[in-house]
Amino acid sequence: MRRAAALYRSSVGKKILMAITGFIWFGFLIGHMAGNLKAFQGAEIFDEYAHHLRVFGEPILPEKGFLWAFRAFMLAAFVIHALLAWQTSSRSWSARGTKYRSKENLNFSFASALMRWGGVLILVFVAFHILHMTTGDVHPSFAEGAAYANLVAGLRNPVVASFYIVAMLAVCLHLYHGVWSMFQTLGAHHRKYSAYRRPFAVVMALVVFIGFISIPVSILAGIVAP
Amino acid sequence: MQLDAKVPAGPIARKWEKHRFDMKLVNPANKRKYEVIVVGTGLAGAAAAATMGELGYRVKVFTYHDSARRAHSIAAQGGINAAKNYQGDGDSVFRLFYDTVKGGDFRSREANVYRLAELSVNIIDQAVAQGVPFAREYGGLLANRSFGGAQVSRTFYARGQTGQQLLLGCYQALQRQVALGTVELHNRHEVLDIVVVDGVAKGIVTRDLVSGEVESHAGHAVMLATGGYSNVYFLSTNAKACNVTATWRAAKRGAGFANPSFTQIHPTSIPPAGAYQSKLTLMSESLRNDGRIWVPQRAGDSRPANDIPEEERDYYLERFYPSFGNLSPRDISSRRAKEMVDKGHGVGPMQNGVYLDFKHAIERLGQPVIAERYGNLFEMYEKITGEDPYAVPMRIYPAPHYTMGGLWVDYNLMSNIPGLFVLGEANFSDHGANRLGASALMQGVADGYFIAPMTVGNYLADVPREPVTTDHAAFGDTEREVRGRADRLLAVNGTKTVDDFHIELGKVMWENCGMERSETGLKEALATIPEIRERFWSQVRVPGSGDTLNQSLEKAGRVADFLEFAEIMCWDALRRDESCGAHYRTEHTTEDGEAKRDDDGFSFVSVWEFKGVGEEPVLHKEPLEFENVQLSTRSYK
Amino acid sequence: MNLTLHVWRQDGPEVRGRFETYQADDISEHASFLEMLDLVNERLTRDGEEPIAFEHDCREGICGTCGMMINGVPHGPSSMTATCQLHMRLFKDGDHIWIEPWRASAFPLIRDLVVDRGSLDRIINAGGYISVRTGSAQDANAVPIRKQDADLSMDAASCIGCGACVAVCPNASAMLFTAAKVSHLGLLPQGQPERYTRVVDMIAQHDEEGFGSCTNHGACQEACPKGISVDFIARLNRDLLVGSWKAAGD
Ligand SMILES: Cc1cc2nc3c(=O)[nH]c(=O)nc-3n(C[C@H](O)[C@H](O)[C@H](O)COP(=O)(O)OP(=O)(O)OC[C@H]3O[C@@H](n4cnc5c(N)ncnc54)[C@H](O)[C@@H]3O)c2cc1C
Ligand code: HEM
Ligand code: HEM
Ligand code: SF4
Ligand code: F3S
Ligand code: FES
Repeated sequence: MRRAAALYRSSVGKKILMAITGFIWFGFLIGHMAGNLKAFQGAEIFDEYAHHLRVFGEPILPEKGFLWAFRAFMLAAFVIHALLAWQTSSRSWSARGTKYRSKENLNFSFASALMRWGGVLILVFVAFHILHMTTGDVHPSFAEGAAYANLVAGLRNPVVASFYIVAMLAVCLHLYHGVWSMFQTLGAHHRKYSAYRRPFAVVMALVVFIGFISIPVSILAGIVAP
Repeated sequence: MQLDAKVPAGPIARKWEKHRFDMKLVNPANKRKYEVIVVGTGLAGAAAAATMGELGYRVKVFTYHDSARRAHSIAAQGGINAAKNYQGDGDSVFRLFYDTVKGGDFRSREANVYRLAELSVNIIDQAVAQGVPFAREYGGLLANRSFGGAQVSRTFYARGQTGQQLLLGCYQALQRQVALGTVELHNRHEVLDIVVVDGVAKGIVTRDLVSGEVESHAGHAVMLATGGYSNVYFLSTNAKACNVTATWRAAKRGAGFANPSFTQIHPTSIPPAGAYQSKLTLMSESLRNDGRIWVPQRAGDSRPANDIPEEERDYYLERFYPSFGNLSPRDISSRRAKEMVDKGHGVGPMQNGVYLDFKHAIERLGQPVIAERYGNLFEMYEKITGEDPYAVPMRIYPAPHYTMGGLWVDYNLMSNIPGLFVLGEANFSDHGANRLGASALMQGVADGYFIAPMTVGNYLADVPREPVTTDHAAFGDTEREVRGRADRLLAVNGTKTVDDFHIELGKVMWENCGMERSETGLKEALATIPEIRERFWSQVRVPGSGDTLNQSLEKAGRVADFLEFAEIMCWDALRRDESCGAHYRTEHTTEDGEAKRDDDGFSFVSVWEFKGVGEEPVLHKEPLEFENVQLSTRSYK
Repeated sequence: MNLTLHVWRQDGPEVRGRFETYQADDISEHASFLEMLDLVNERLTRDGEEPIAFEHDCREGICGTCGMMINGVPHGPSSMTATCQLHMRLFKDGDHIWIEPWRASAFPLIRDLVVDRGSLDRIINAGGYISVRTGSAQDANAVPIRKQDADLSMDAASCIGCGACVAVCPNASAMLFTAAKVSHLGLLPQGQPERYTRVVDMIAQHDEEGFGSCTNHGACQEACPKGISVDFIARLNRDLLVGSWKAAGD
């Protein structure tokens, strides 16, 4: 804890914490995506998996015990990440001060420029997404436990589906820069292997992107049907 | 004017050691009671300020730069000499001493030079400990290269940025003391006068370059490390701001100015490209290790270099000086280059250069090796000229580069004004009439780290410990003079710019007091300079006001001083009726065109006493004895 | 060639600044960018106007004094080049050139194109050195250093402290400058004892000075006249991680 505090005190430390929390979410996304893909294997397997998530760790843990612990953990990571993003960003904005009249941005990277607003979009998405898929508050026909049905019904609506897809674009870009940036921030730098950091980030970003949108796309296309 | 060199007795090899023992020490508790003023944050100034602070004195250091790290030392490229004999090629303290005295054409003080050679060894240790990343061999040990005028490899280097790395070492040591509170750094402050009370240096008057404020600062001792004045020629390899102001103002307050005319012309700089040329860029002399210098045999031959066949090229240095060839000392190489150009063999669009060719070296060692050794210099050259030196030979020409002259100092680096110490290029240095490559850094660092901190301590030991103040009338008077001077410059409001006059002066000096001097030329210059000065004070335009950042005003003040100082240079060159080292009087040459010394008549240091602007200064002499090096005519054949 | 300059003029920190337009006529392609400005200033002076204030000294790309935004690029269009080494052959007749000072809250403007970069010195004060008493050093060859390390250290050490990295960074972060010094010293055996305290203290000062927080944007590396690599930033981050770890540990 004292060490985390020590990090939290410096701008670089904040970034390191962002990298760690970002990485946690990155890990979650991979798992989450893999889980989602089970939708292609049909309702039983998908619901079975969704159910498994809830009873995970029983009987040692009460029902949903693991799930809540996990949710708490993910929420913490998210809040820390977002909070630090806000802190570092506002520090940078005030540091920049006056803008340049003519700015020809050297090595302009769309992705790195969009980290902040893309991030905010992710925030909005996640909020909506949980109300949508987990609590069902914004879901047309939500039924506790019927994960598969909820998924399909939820993404039938083209507007909702396209919002998902746009959000995934944000996630994709966020990771494209984020994963590479993460290596840099955590000082994972090596004479020989550094060259592979970029490609790795690209692959990861694409895998996550394609993996995720495959669901709403194929639901719209009727490939994944009730 | 009293000139006592205070050289300790005893055999030369033991003088410094003995002197160190004989010098008085200030007890640690009392050091804090002494305030020392250091002017300059180059190698000499930064090293001195850092060390004095470390020793416990209260130090105030001044620079007109925005940061201590900008000092002109940063530009030194080639390297720094030290008698480490890591190469086992027969180097030794005595050989470095010998080479330096000989290279200086027997116009330097033996005892100082020997001490310098002795200390050179500690410099490298100090620098490496500070983290200066000198070039290394694959074994992990330090690498060396050979440098002009020496037959051993004793030059340590950090790529082509040796001065930068050494200065950063000093700068970091200095900033550390600043952080510790022992040193107070005043950047963007230009020292415009020295305050002398009853013949003793008591402080300085500065101008805050941002607010324009004129302030006094008092100290128990004042150390000037303000660098060289090659910019008197307008075009030189020095940084644009280099100037003579601090040392000249000290001279006007009674400090003797020694050998002012001894200026070194560097053989390898890039020739001017046009009238707008603002400064000359040096191509490190180390290039001469692998480059071969030549001109077309036929005068006026305007063919591209690569179209001129071997047999029609004249590798004149190799022809004249078989044993040293392209590594012949600077003054010789420079003069020969000028000779070739004057005879019409000049190359390049303006026919104002000679070739420095790497073709053979690249064939012999391969491009990678050359790139490894000189990569950044080649890049620099290409940026400036747009030509690729790997493909076509470089064009080079001599340029004013270093000033051996400076304020006279005794063995303790103290001028004839008690309490006024002078370090680095600003003093009349240990280089006699000509400086060997890679020995100025050596001198700056040695003065700053190892000599001045001890000798100043020895001086302070006898100075009463009362706190210093700026109450004395002399401070007020000096401040008033400084303000008045600025106001006068701003008031002229004429039609010409400061540079107009600087360029005009530069031409006069280059033609009459440059690489070659003659009685007629010098007398002519002595007639012209006062006339230029007149016009300067009646026709110059200095826009803006005195109470803001005003770069025109800064320049004007410096040029005004050059306009006074130039005269003393010419007097010195005129009165020294012999040739020696860089001082080449056309009346005194050997049959094969070498400098011809007159040891019976001129084996002394010329020390000039200021008598008033436009007045003929008075010459004092410090005789030079040579007990350890045989007086001989330099021969690099 | 003939050029039109749009130069930022500001008489002092408090007063408002503005762009002024100047003609720079028949400029030789062999002239340097600063020589071009010299010519403009000479003319302004003759016309009784105040010349443009800009900083420069060595004009060899080594002292780090010069520096201005030229058409939105620090030190102008040619890479690995300081403003003073920029030559006019890179411009075309009739070009419009926008010239602005370095902009960053940690670089307060003094006048026209002159800014105060003292914040970089203060980062060095915080630990950018090796503590060694004068005269106390052991023989220079006592500790051999792998050539690769010495060379890499030299790469980092070649930073000239110009501030272009800050000027271009979207976050106005001085991370490249700081990383260069941390790496220069941290790569050498002599720099080991203070290695971790150094980085923690220097970053603390970096933040104190009001520089922004790096998001690995990478523009600094492009802008750097010495081509200092962002790999050094990774190195700094790692050292800081270890550093805060140790610091908090004891
Ligand atoms: C291009 C070039 C290359 C060189 N290469 C080599 C080399 O390879 N090897 C070598 O040994 N030597 C070399 N030299 C020579 C060497 O660099 C200098 O002689 C040496 O660095 C001088 O150091 P210094 O500390 O005496 O003065 P400088 O480094 O010039 O420092 C002068 C300091 O004084 C300050 N100052 C001056 N006047 C005032 C004032 N009035 N008020 C306030 N502050 C003032 C300046 O701000 C500056 O901080 C080279 C020189 C040049 C020009
Ligand atoms: C098209 C893309 C996505 C689809 C189809 C999708 C689908 C789902 C589904 C069906 C659930 C409910 C699982 C259950 O309750 O059993 C869920 C939960 C969740 N999803 Fe997604 N998701 C997508 C993208 C994302 C993204 C990009 C994120 C994060 C940035 C994310 C974060 C979450 C979270 C935090 C939960 C709640 C887990 C829990 O606590 O129960 N999802 N998602
Ligand atoms: C509230 C939502 C979010 C916001 C506002 C946000 C914002 C940011 C910002 C500003 C950065 C710094 C940019 C950089 O340093 O390169 C960043 C980095 C990162 N983000 Fe996010 N982000 C959010 C959500 C996420 C999510 C859900 C993930 C996981 C998929 C994620 C993964 C990362 C990663 C891996 C980094 C790299 C960290 C680093 O730079 O070292 N972020 N984020
Ligand atoms: S890192 Fe590069 S850009 Fe930044 S200060 Fe150093 S040299 Fe200038
Ligand atoms: S541009 Fe700025 S964001 Fe970091 S990588 Fe360079 S400092
Ligand atoms: S003026 Fe020295 S780097 Fe440009």
